[in-house]
Amino acid sequence: MSQLSYLDASRQAIAEEMRRDPRVWALGEDLGRGGVFGQYRGLAEEFGPARIADTPISEATIMGAAVGAAMVGSRPVVEMRFSDFALCAVDELVNQAAKARYMFGGQGRVPLVVRQPIGMWRSSAAQHSQSLEAWYAHIPGLVVVAPATPADNYGLLKSAIRCDDPVVYMEHKDLWPALGEVPADAENGLVPLGEGRLVRRGDDVTIVTWSRMVQVVEAAADEPDTPSLEIIDLRTLWPWDRAMVLDSVRRTGRCLIVHEAVQAGGFGGEIAATVGEALFGALKAPVRRLGAPRIPVAYAPVLEAESRIMPAKVAAAARAMV
Amino acid sequence: MPAPLVDRPGESRADATGPIRGNVDRARILGHYRTMARVRAFEEAADRALQAGHVKGAVHLSIGQEAVASGVCVNLDRGDFIVSNHRGHGHTLAKGADMGAMMAELFGRATGACQGKGGSMHIADFQVGMLGANGVVGAGIPIAVGAAHAMKLAGDPRIVTCFFGDGAINRGPFLEGLNWAKVFDLPVLFVCEDNGFAATTRTRAVTAGPGPGARAESLGIPSTPVDGNDVLAVDQTAAELVRLVRAGAGPQFLHARTYRLRGHTAVDPAPYRPAAEVEEHWRDEPIRRCRDLLVLGGLDTDELDRVVADAEAEAARAVADGLAAPHPEADLAWTDVQDVDMPGAGRPEARA
Ligand SMILES: Cc1ncc(C[n+]2csc(CCOP(=O)(O)OP(=O)(O)O)c2C)c(N)n1
Repeated sequence: MSQLSYLDASRQAIAEEMRRDPRVWALGEDLGRGGVFGQYRGLAEEFGPARIADTPISEATIMGAAVGAAMVGSRPVVEMRFSDFALCAVDELVNQAAKARYMFGGQGRVPLVVRQPIGMWRSSAAQHSQSLEAWYAHIPGLVVVAPATPADNYGLLKSAIRCDDPVVYMEHKDLWPALGEVPADAENGLVPLGEGRLVRRGDDVTIVTWSRMVQVVEAAADEPDTPSLEIIDLRTLWPWDRAMVLDSVRRTGRCLIVHEAVQAGGFGGEIAATVGEALFGALKAPVRRLGAPRIPVAYAPVLEAESRIMPAKVAAAARAMV
Repeated sequence: MPAPLVDRPGESRADATGPIRGNVDRARILGHYRTMARVRAFEEAADRALQAGHVKGAVHLSIGQEAVASGVCVNLDRGDFIVSNHRGHGHTLAKGADMGAMMAELFGRATGACQGKGGSMHIADFQVGMLGANGVVGAGIPIAVGAAHAMKLAGDPRIVTCFFGDGAINRGPFLEGLNWAKVFDLPVLFVCEDNGFAATTRTRAVTAGPGPGARAESLGIPSTPVDGNDVLAVDQTAAELVRLVRAGAGPQFLHARTYRLRGHTAVDPAPYRPAAEVEEHWRDEPIRRCRDLLVLGGLDTDELDRVVADAEAEAARAVADGLAAPHPEADLAWTDVQDVDMPGAGRPEARA
């Protein structure tokens, strides 16, 4: 085990996978100088500019070229800088990467990883703060990952790179400096795609969450008067760990889903519906969701705060259920 | 032959109207000096305010590029439109936006140009035809083209100017937007502000071919290169291009070479370029060059110092007013989302 930041854990994961598999390479803007957040620092020096490729500001072609490269056997890691800019490459991801294998009758595979940092961070306003994971979970063909800890960012990024499907990999910008233990043994540190993590056992309410909201929910659980919370970090949104969630809710009888993304049309709705369908008779309270209001993220801190889920809100929502 | 240049109202000085270079009079150059000094003062004040923690989000400074904004916008009427990018303070001020409202926006105050909702990268001032900065590189190009399309449809004589960087020419919307403008023969002036960098990357390392002008010309849009640090050259060139656009000659392209003297964002120390290179470009910066020209033309330095002092005082006032201005009420976050909505949505009480 060693202490690593969420950012450095991802850097180490990529470096190890690039050493292990010569087909792995990364492409995106400014990668030669470490990438916009430093997630690629030192990698150009080790692997050279061909495998840590500096691209033009051409998101559609960064993504589209990765699709083509993946189809013929290479394993690209696509850097989109902010998930907001990945919107300039949605056709390439949704119409091309996600569907090629299926449309072509299983002839080809598109093993790429698209890193799309999400979330509110340093007052970045409406075009640099979005959490759009639900959009991609909606698309057949895509795997969607949103790690919350350094160990998971390490282990899931490695699994994503080894995965033969296109993986939308959403790190949270506010988590870059977060510290945590990361297994030193490269193979044991792998985290399988699709498995949730039981963060904490509890009796009264199951909270299903992911990404930065895991910290927020943990803080809520520590507040006085909060009912006993069982916290599940979903880690992967598609496929999501239905068994872990249902087992837990069967025991607690209550389910609250918390995400930073806009609540309306968010992935919490899918989980709520699934829990309702499977456990209707076992529920002690209606399934609840807590997400952002359906407003763009504003710049001024007072306004931005309207979009933020704080521990007190989570605690209040959980209290209202028992 | 450039069209004869005239003073902008309110900028002429009775005792400073003699020609300096070509047929340009001193008042016009002094006007540029004032505009550029205001942009510089605004950005330096914003930078200090950022360091003091009053500005929260990312700020992209245009220090060293002021001549492009001033030289182009002086040729536009108040009703004409501009579309800007993430480095838009200069364009916005030169188009006539209020400095106080801009600073208040950077401070996230209710009196800000966008009520504190946007910040530096999303300043807009529709009153002066400024249709918005943009957080997405290249996104302004199709928007400018569309605004020009609407002008043409309506038979409206106003024109559109679109500012973008050299990095933006590698995005698809650049090709699509320029092609569209030519196909529909639209009244739009494209201004490529070529500062050599796309964030931390030297643009030429990721750009094939001879560059922005050649790309425009390949679509039949004439491109005119200009020394973007020579405000007079920018002014004279833009004057001719604006005249052509107004006359219905179709889209025009101005390729202004300049240099970004500061980092990509205000907090970027730019370690990816040698200090000597930056120092060398400081010697070529547009405000100093404009000042030299004015001194050569007989203006006394006290007068020029006064222009700078006035600009700095205006920026200081903008900072003081911005800091004194109220923060927005939280409920403002729920306004201006959309007209047609769920009952109760768009109001805080409707929250989960
Ligand atoms: C579509 C998109 N990709 C990437 C970014 C991140 N980004 C912001 S500014 C910038 C560099 C832009 O360079 P250029 O257009 O030359 O303008 P300059 O910064 O030099 O003024 C980049 C890559 C973005 N905002 N939008």
